[in-house]
Amino acid sequence: MSSFLEAINWSHLDGVLLVVLAWLLIGLAGIAALRRFRVVSVLLFPLGALASVGLMAVALSAAFASPEVAVLPLGLPQLPFHLRLDSLSAFFLLLIGGVSAGVSTFAAGYFRQEEGTPPGLLCLEYHVFLASMVMVVLADDAYVFMVMWETMAFSSFFLVLANHRLPEIRSAGYLYMLVAHVGALGILLCFGVLQANTGDYTFANMRAQHLNPLWGSVAFCLAVFGFGAKAGLLPLHVWLPEAHPAAPSPVSALMSGVMLKIALYGILRVSFDLLPTRLWWWGVLLMGLGLASALFGVVFSTVQVEMKRLLAYSSIENIGLMCAGIGLALLFSSYRMQTLSALALTAALYHMLSHAFFKGLLFCSTGAVLHATGERSLDKLGGLMRFMPWVAWPTLVGVLACAGLPPFGGFVAEWLLLQSFLFTTGLPGSFLDMLVPVMAALIALIAALSGYTMVKYFGVVFLGQPRLAKLTQAHDAGRLERLGMLWLVAGCGVLGLFPNQVIALMDPVTRSLVGAGLAQMVDNSSWLLVPVNVDRASYAPVIFMLGVVLSFGIAFVLVRRLYHGRLRRVPPWDCGHPWQTARMQDSAEGFGQPIRQIFDPFFRITKHLPSALDTQPSYQVTVEDPLWHALYLPLARLVAWLSKLVGVLQQGRIAVYLMYSFVTLIVVLLVVKR
Amino acid sequence: MSALGVFSQVLALVAALLLAPLLTGWINQWRHWLQNKSAPSLLQPYMNLHKLFNKESLMAEHASPLYRFAPYVVFGCMLLASAIVPTLSTDLPLSPAADAIALVGLFALARVFISLAAMDVGTAFGTLGARREMLVGFLAEPALLMVLFCASMITGSTSLTTMVETLAHRDLAIYPSLLLAGVAFTMVSLAENARVPVDNPDTHLELTMIHEAMILEYSARHLALLEWAASLKLFAYSCIGLALFFPWGVAEANAPLALLLALPVLVFKLALGGMLMAMIETASAKMRIFRVPEFLGTAFLMAVIGLLVNVLLGGK
Repeated sequence: MSSFLEAINWSHLDGVLLVVLAWLLIGLAGIAALRRFRVVSVLLFPLGALASVGLMAVALSAAFASPEVAVLPLGLPQLPFHLRLDSLSAFFLLLIGGVSAGVSTFAAGYFRQEEGTPPGLLCLEYHVFLASMVMVVLADDAYVFMVMWETMAFSSFFLVLANHRLPEIRSAGYLYMLVAHVGALGILLCFGVLQANTGDYTFANMRAQHLNPLWGSVAFCLAVFGFGAKAGLLPLHVWLPEAHPAAPSPVSALMSGVMLKIALYGILRVSFDLLPTRLWWWGVLLMGLGLASALFGVVFSTVQVEMKRLLAYSSIENIGLMCAGIGLALLFSSYRMQTLSALALTAALYHMLSHAFFKGLLFCSTGAVLHATGERSLDKLGGLMRFMPWVAWPTLVGVLACAGLPPFGGFVAEWLLLQSFLFTTGLPGSFLDMLVPVMAALIALIAALSGYTMVKYFGVVFLGQPRLAKLTQAHDAGRLERLGMLWLVAGCGVLGLFPNQVIALMDPVTRSLVGAGLAQMVDNSSWLLVPVNVDRASYAPVIFMLGVVLSFGIAFVLVRRLYHGRLRRVPPWDCGHPWQTARMQDSAEGFGQPIRQIFDPFFRITKHLPSALDTQPSYQVTVEDPLWHALYLPLARLVAWLSKLVGVLQQGRIAVYLMYSFVTLIVVLLVVKR
Repeated sequence: MSALGVFSQVLALVAALLLAPLLTGWINQWRHWLQNKSAPSLLQPYMNLHKLFNKESLMAEHASPLYRFAPYVVFGCMLLASAIVPTLSTDLPLSPAADAIALVGLFALARVFISLAAMDVGTAFGTLGARREMLVGFLAEPALLMVLFCASMITGSTSLTTMVETLAHRDLAIYPSLLLAGVAFTMVSLAENARVPVDNPDTHLELTMIHEAMILEYSARHLALLEWAASLKLFAYSCIGLALFFPWGVAEANAPLALLLALPVLVFKLALGGMLMAMIETASAKMRIFRVPEFLGTAFLMAVIGLLVNVLLGGK
């Protein structure tokens, strides 16, 4: 790719901008073909996917190139767009390109019926969303960053509202917008602190400032608050389980797979690049927040009864784990332990990449199920593996990757994360030395719980007997949908089987952020992943995979050869129970019940149990987020109360307003006079 | 990768395949003797396997392909697990492919597949078993990981062979952290192998079963593979325990003589361990399913405390 770009005398940045331009043109073409489904789905979305593949190729070659800068004469007269493409941006461009290629292909097959918003408009919003994410990653001054950040928030807001006729979707969109803006305020203030009264908002200037620890900490906390709101860190996570189910599935896939990572990009950019020094407690803060979110997310996802909500909570969990990795990298970096810092950061980056692929895949699969059945509640699904094998098998890969099982990408990320948490001896202060192993224990617990969630998700939706009669008529995914899902499956597979090659991509990133990389350790052998040295830890996914496949194959052949392969289909036995109905299987609520009981204090549960005298007994349990009642509702009441106080000023008579103006004028004159 | 290494790897695999059902039979015998019953033959598990392999397989009408190949996956996982645990020698060519964390991942993969297969037919007992298995698993898995971490903190490595080599060469002293880890490990292996305080391998008592509920619908060769996989799992767990807490007698690189000696030592250690397990099982009563999280939570916390003790006392 780079030789091609050189041949036509273009830099990588030009290539990326070309992709952005292509997306914008595709979006505009969508407006032209506002209600023509076929044009939008057969032509425009696949073209967008091709542009994504192009972006991926450019990013792959830019990852190893030196940083490129450009100034675009756009924007306000005195404020041109400063852009910069360095290895960190290239990594995130790769993530955006790789995932959106699959999701756009899936979307091409997905948007085939009226969603409320005309398809052409959806196409515009979708591609503007993609373009704005790319521009956020490229931004090299606070102005472009904020403009693109807000474009990203707005375009995704409109995408969430695709089905705007439903009131619950409108309220989900409102909540999303609210939290997004509260977060954006934090980011804005953070940039304000970072420019240190120089009035120059370029990132180059921010890098040159030497903030004292106090202001540095203020900037860091503001960044964690602002970007954490977008990423779904506790306690600003509430929008996530509302907005993800409301959005059309490809959009949820992009939001969960890509947009949340863009928020983490912000944290990385501010804490490792723009801030000159790092303090140890920043790392502990981020680790604490991350692990709290992860535990909260996974416990909540096990008790969900709705497909996309379950996945949304699982996203909170994964984002939490990534933040824990970033926090650990910060901690090591503050003590100048560069190699360990690079290991932790690589783990976090690896998790971002693999989460982007498997969560994109899982959200696409919910979309396919939703289209085929019209049901989103787990309790009304079941047995779909027989009717939708093209959805079920890719989903199985996604589920295994999400549960952090070998040989997929999720496991490699978890393995690296545990390795970095395990070998922390040498941190100054026994408090930290004690803290880190405890966190490793928490990570192990969270990973095991996510296995529980994923078994529940896959088992209830795709296995067992169909819980509704109409499910037997469910149609399988269309051709483009299959292609999109297979692309994401391939991503999960590559990430799982070739970790060394992927880590080589992250090496320039960690080298520029923390001054060390894993590439030379990993390079020694191409099939064995060795982060530190062979005696300490190693993992060879290809051999691992071969081992399982070989023992599988040999066992299969031997059993067939030595004995026989006779098989007879009969009704299920089930200890001799005469009739088996689908209602005898565990419901989604029942499957999560043990976790609900064990982690009882986490939830706010309201139960409705039947009494002995009920003629029509019913049983209902609702599980709610305690933070919603403990934090958000009081806050909302406070705001309402304050606005009422302000309302006292509003008399509604013109004379009173004139008097306000008059008094203000007098006061201003007095101030100016002095 | 030396020729001796390949030989010891193959030997370890064959030993695992052959010794695993024997270990199950041995524990069964002891359980019967301790409970004043007349015991079945030591070779009973082999006879069962042979019988099951010969039978015609009955499968539920609407079972999906996942249900058919899950037993092979579970069997493959357990075989690989017993191949990477240093049972006879630490000179194993397959060992660098997977360390302690990957070993736990392997067990988890098998667990997920067997649970999914249990949910596939969609019967009441199948899903019940799957839910309980995952309940046991989500606490047992991190507890096992923490036990392994205790040992890797002491040895500075997560590679199983390095761990065993280092542990075998230390001075004979009691490490408080390993002691805690040992207790935790015993509890975890009872739970993970469907043994008495948590599950009962003997009965099909509807309200209490876990493992048996999951494999209720399986028959013939698929059931045989699952049974064999279960005994391989027990074997692998026993070997992990022996490797971490009694690592003496395992052959090291370039020592053909030690390799010859390692096999009888292993059989002796396994025989003792099996006896001990039968005693624990006989002495304890099956607990209610909702006491299991407490039991496993205790194991998890003990392992974590072991880890902290290790950090406090400076490890080495």
